[in-house]
Amino acid sequence: MANEKPKLKLAVYWGAACGGCCVSVLDVHEKLFDVVANADLVFWPIALDFKYKDVEEMPDQYIDVTLFNGAIRNSENEHMAKLLRQKTKILIAYGSCAHMGGIPGLANFTTKEEIFKRVYEESESLDNPDKVRPTPEVDVKEGHLHIPHFYEDVMTLGQVVDVDYYLPGCPPQTERLVEVFMAVVTGAELPPKGSLVGGAPRVQCDDCKRKKSEKKGITRFYRPWEVTDDGETCLNEQGILCMGPATRGGCGVRCIEGNAPCRGCYGPLEGIPDPGAKMMSAIASMLEGKEEDEIDKAIDTVIDPAGTFYRFSLPGSILRRKQK
Amino acid sequence: MQSTEQKTEQWSPRIVAFFCNWCTYTASDLAGVSRMRYAPSTRVIRVMCSGRIDPEFIMEAFAKGADGVLIGGCHPGDCHYSEGNYKCLRRYKLLQKYIEQMGIPKERMRLEWISAAEGKKLQEVVNEMTETLRILGPSKIKNVVETLAK
Repeated sequence: MANEKPKLKLAVYWGAACGGCCVSVLDVHEKLFDVVANADLVFWPIALDFKYKDVEEMPDQYIDVTLFNGAIRNSENEHMAKLLRQKTKILIAYGSCAHMGGIPGLANFTTKEEIFKRVYEESESLDNPDKVRPTPEVDVKEGHLHIPHFYEDVMTLGQVVDVDYYLPGCPPQTERLVEVFMAVVTGAELPPKGSLVGGAPRVQCDDCKRKKSEKKGITRFYRPWEVTDDGETCLNEQGILCMGPATRGGCGVRCIEGNAPCRGCYGPLEGIPDPGAKMMSAIASMLEGKEEDEIDKAIDTVIDPAGTFYRFSLPGSILRRKQK
Repeated sequence: MQSTEQKTEQWSPRIVAFFCNWCTYTASDLAGVSRMRYAPSTRVIRVMCSGRIDPEFIMEAFAKGADGVLIGGCHPGDCHYSEGNYKCLRRYKLLQKYIEQMGIPKERMRLEWISAAEGKKLQEVVNEMTETLRILGPSKIKNVVETLAK
């Protein structure tokens, strides 16, 4: 039980996230004992009862490692990101949302006004005759009340604070987390600041076991329910859009092994600022048609290019959001 | 483009033009040596083939303040590398769909096949696109991207 080395101080926090990343930390299963043998969890709202003031009272750089998951969607997310940055030695953007904006980042296809109108005025299950909307600050006789401000745009963690490492995935593969964690614990030499850790330096296709041919010869794409996958040929060759060619490996091709196309949560490879651009490029090379109407027909079957190619990465992409 | 000139004359759009080495770039050379006058709105980037133009280049151009992007390649069947222009066309079609979803008017991006002999066509295309963009007005994409990347 006695551990000579001082334990690491570990924090896990969420911004705009679904909670899956926090749960993925629990997926270490029995390895959790290794984690708690080496680290004290000093802040982890999903599992432990800490308050904001507990973090505020910590000295600067008190926490060794913070896994920040979730995107920056409102003022609370931003405040906590900045606070944790101040209190933490190694801040890790954990998961697709913190890394590239993730699913909440799809809100950048719309505006705050559109979202509020839909949610507080038009939603079918709504009972709000006065069209009341959240008021971030209000004075009542008991005092001043405030809730976080909802931002116009969703941002990645790296767009708001300085990030030490990025650990991709939706959620990150737990084995990768353990590897990174053990590297910190054992004092191994860490990669340069700003690096992506816990991902492979190759695309999904390199790990994928499906049969691939040199000439793809695709004439159209299908929605997954329109065709029956033969279980062994490259999904793209069968006309099922798979983000594999533009997505970093490291997850163990989990989705493809489960016969579902890759959706791109691990993001692009090193040095590529925009996964969607690369995917569009790949698709253009895979398609066969040369005549304009042939090409038009094929492109028509790519139903939602922006949503499909930027499912996890819109705020982190080159154009970042839909123009208002 | 002195500032005094800008004040007196109307706003002029900036077009980033990706021209393939074998056809459209040569056409712009031809337009030049033939002393054809056309709007001074393009900033030409020579690429070896229109098939070399990654969608990333186009997005980057918009994000850095281009009001329009013009792509010039060899006519179908004429590609120096046999198929590059078809790849370019497929990419362009996909990109058109994407930029419309991103709220960018599709007139801001244009693809034209201009052969080495078509200096005249180059002149017309540039003038036409400049006029279209002038009506559309300055692009705000750069501002939006920069506000988000604070």
